[in-house]
Amino acid sequence: MADAAIHGHDHVDERSFFTRWFMSTNHKDIGILYLIVSALVGLISVTFTVYMRLELMDPGVQYMCAEGARLFADASAECTPNGHLWNVLITAHGILMMFFVVIPALFGGFGNYFMPLQIGAPDMAFPRMNNLSFWLYVAGTSLAVASVLSPGGNDQLGSGVGWVLYPPLSVNEGGLSMDLAIFAVHVSGASSILGAINMITTFLNMRAPGMTLFKVPLFSWSIFVTSWLILLSLPVLAGAITMLLMDRNFGFAFFDAAGGGDPILYQHILWFFGHPEVYIVILPGFGIISHVIATFARKPVFGYLPMVWAIIAIGVLGFVVWAHHMYTVGMSLNQQAYFMLATMVIAVPTGVKVFSWIATMWGGSIEFKAPMMFAFGFLFLFTVGGVTGVVLSQAAVDRFYHDTYYVVAHFHYVMSLGAVFAIFAGVYYYFGKMTGRQYSEKLAHVHFWMFFIGANVTFFPQHFLGRQGMPRRYIDYPEAFAYWNYVSSIGAFISFASFLLFFGIVIYAMMRGARITQNNYWNEYADTLEWTLPSPPPEHTFEILPKQEDWDKSHSH
Amino acid sequence: MAHAKNHDYHILPPSIWPLLGAVGGFAMLFGAVLWMHGITAWLFWGGLLAVLYTSFAWWAEVAHEGNTGDHTSVVRIGLRYGFILFVMSEVMFFFAWFWSFFKHAIYPMQDYIGTEYVQPAIHIVDPFHLPLINTLILLLSGCAVTWAHHALVHSNDRKALVQGLAIGIAFGVAFTGLQAFEYYEVLAHEGWEFGGDIFYSNFFMATGFHGFHVLLGTIFLIVCLIRAMKGAFTPEQHVGFETAAWYWHFVDVVWLFLFFAVYLWGTAGM
Repeated sequence: MADAAIHGHDHVDERSFFTRWFMSTNHKDIGILYLIVSALVGLISVTFTVYMRLELMDPGVQYMCAEGARLFADASAECTPNGHLWNVLITAHGILMMFFVVIPALFGGFGNYFMPLQIGAPDMAFPRMNNLSFWLYVAGTSLAVASVLSPGGNDQLGSGVGWVLYPPLSVNEGGLSMDLAIFAVHVSGASSILGAINMITTFLNMRAPGMTLFKVPLFSWSIFVTSWLILLSLPVLAGAITMLLMDRNFGFAFFDAAGGGDPILYQHILWFFGHPEVYIVILPGFGIISHVIATFARKPVFGYLPMVWAIIAIGVLGFVVWAHHMYTVGMSLNQQAYFMLATMVIAVPTGVKVFSWIATMWGGSIEFKAPMMFAFGFLFLFTVGGVTGVVLSQAAVDRFYHDTYYVVAHFHYVMSLGAVFAIFAGVYYYFGKMTGRQYSEKLAHVHFWMFFIGANVTFFPQHFLGRQGMPRRYIDYPEAFAYWNYVSSIGAFISFASFLLFFGIVIYAMMRGARITQNNYWNEYADTLEWTLPSPPPEHTFEILPKQEDWDKSHSH
Repeated sequence: MAHAKNHDYHILPPSIWPLLGAVGGFAMLFGAVLWMHGITAWLFWGGLLAVLYTSFAWWAEVAHEGNTGDHTSVVRIGLRYGFILFVMSEVMFFFAWFWSFFKHAIYPMQDYIGTEYVQPAIHIVDPFHLPLINTLILLLSGCAVTWAHHALVHSNDRKALVQGLAIGIAFGVAFTGLQAFEYYEVLAHEGWEFGGDIFYSNFFMATGFHGFHVLLGTIFLIVCLIRAMKGAFTPEQHVGFETAAWYWHFVDVVWLFLFFAVYLWGTAGM
């Protein structure tokens, strides 16, 4: 692959700091920016959760007092529960994680950096618009943070309406805060849609010579399908929250029953976006995990074609199952039966993926490197979340689980554990490629075990709490739920410590990590095009397009 | 060998527009919130100005790049893909408004709170008066733009290109004018309200967002007209014109749906 890699080695980067990072038209730099900002927003959002778990550690309200939020419990001082603060924190946690952490990290960060490299493209199709996506993401984040800090409902700061922004609560919530949150979601949606347009065009128009659709690496496929979900679902959300905005500020009646409107309509439109959204979150993770497992099992991915079709099937099915989020709103039995069956069908392509990953490892020569550990963690946790998902898909069972901690446990197993483990797998897998330095394998293992244990201790007991009937979204609970809440909080603190350790690992590796001299520092089963480039790659890659023998190993298909 | 480009893709130099546009967008939306709560309108207008300036400068740069040969045939294919995808996202945006319309038209809330979709007190716009005329105007406008397109592609007939565009734009402006007149009539004389009842909500948001898109499409066509008069576009290379035409047809089709759904069906049974 010599040629493409060599150019640029002796090329001195003459861009100034501002030009390089603020005016970038370079997909790799923009990918890095996405990863950094999403990590920082993630830290904010995780800090909120630690505070919430601190409050939930014991029955009664000790920290979020109307007299002022406390960091240390003080039994001698009066404490009137401040439910608004609690509601603001759960809302901000959800909105930040969904729109400003996981999508930007997986889709914006890894998608930007590695999709063009994997298909041998010199950059994205629209490099300038790519940067607009990033800066709109920053603008959206700023609006979201401003929303938390500006006057809102109950004469306090922030909006406490839940990340789904259901009316009539979200229509009645006072102050600027709710409107800022709506615009934050608008802007992040615009950012994602522009990103999706860019990714689809790049994928369709800029693949290396000879790379037909079914020779494209799985991660790039996952980004391609994710882009379609974003492109087709986010505008619908934009419509729904525009209706909210009109209802709130201009006296419209979309969701106001007194004017003939229908609050349930909002739930339908929101979840028409919201269900594809959860696949938007997880699909790029699927892609990363496929590469990591193939590399460290030293075997090509088992069943490439079924893997591709499974991603496509999950994407398509994601659009026709939305109302399983709202079994309890009074839909007809036929509707419930349809949404239940359609939902369960998704378990089939998802099963194809999980079994293919296991089959990839079968008979392989497995290396327990940090990315592989996180891939194992992903497999285990995602499967647990998937299985509880099948439980919840049943309308009859959901009557009992709806809005309990069982649901909280379920979606954190697939998202907080599934998607986030995939992010960490990706970070460790590609860290050397992006920075030219290697992380500490030992510390990364400590990170993995702390996070794996911490996350399970946090969320596994929440299944029990849900089965006992503990409702979600409350600041306080009866004594009966005290035991598992205490355990869950301990788990959250361990997870938080592991997250801080992760920042330490990254900073240490950037300053002191061993320098990487090889293009491919794993093994020959990391066989996609990014491994033919130096670590880190030069400013411009593939100035001479790669030749087919550089990437077409044709083992499996 | 640095910066030796051996492919036909478009590698761009660094640009300030994305950052400026995002800062402008932030100011505009933050300002909109302040304005809606009666604090100040200035931030909104400042932000809007920044967004408009950025859009103008950015697109001027793209047109310039097109004129100077950066848009190779593979880049043009990419631009077309990108624009089709953008239109698809726009279609999905209208999907939400039609969803609200069809939901309330098919399942009004009468079982719950006793409302019909169209309340008897609401005086209806007769779909076969102004709306039908407007339908014809918009379709004619689309025809004129297609005529201009054919003139360009088949015979590079500059005169017909400019004329077709000018007629298309004139019809577009007429459509907007008549739509504004209809708004004025129903609001000033028929006792409609901007908001309030679900019928008004659906009507004004669906037709209003369509009207906004007509406005954008008209501006897009005007830009193409100016460029065409300055000699831009060749039979082989005219992505700007082609995408403007696509956008215009998209606006057409949305209107047909609006006409048949919101105007015709929405008022049936009255």
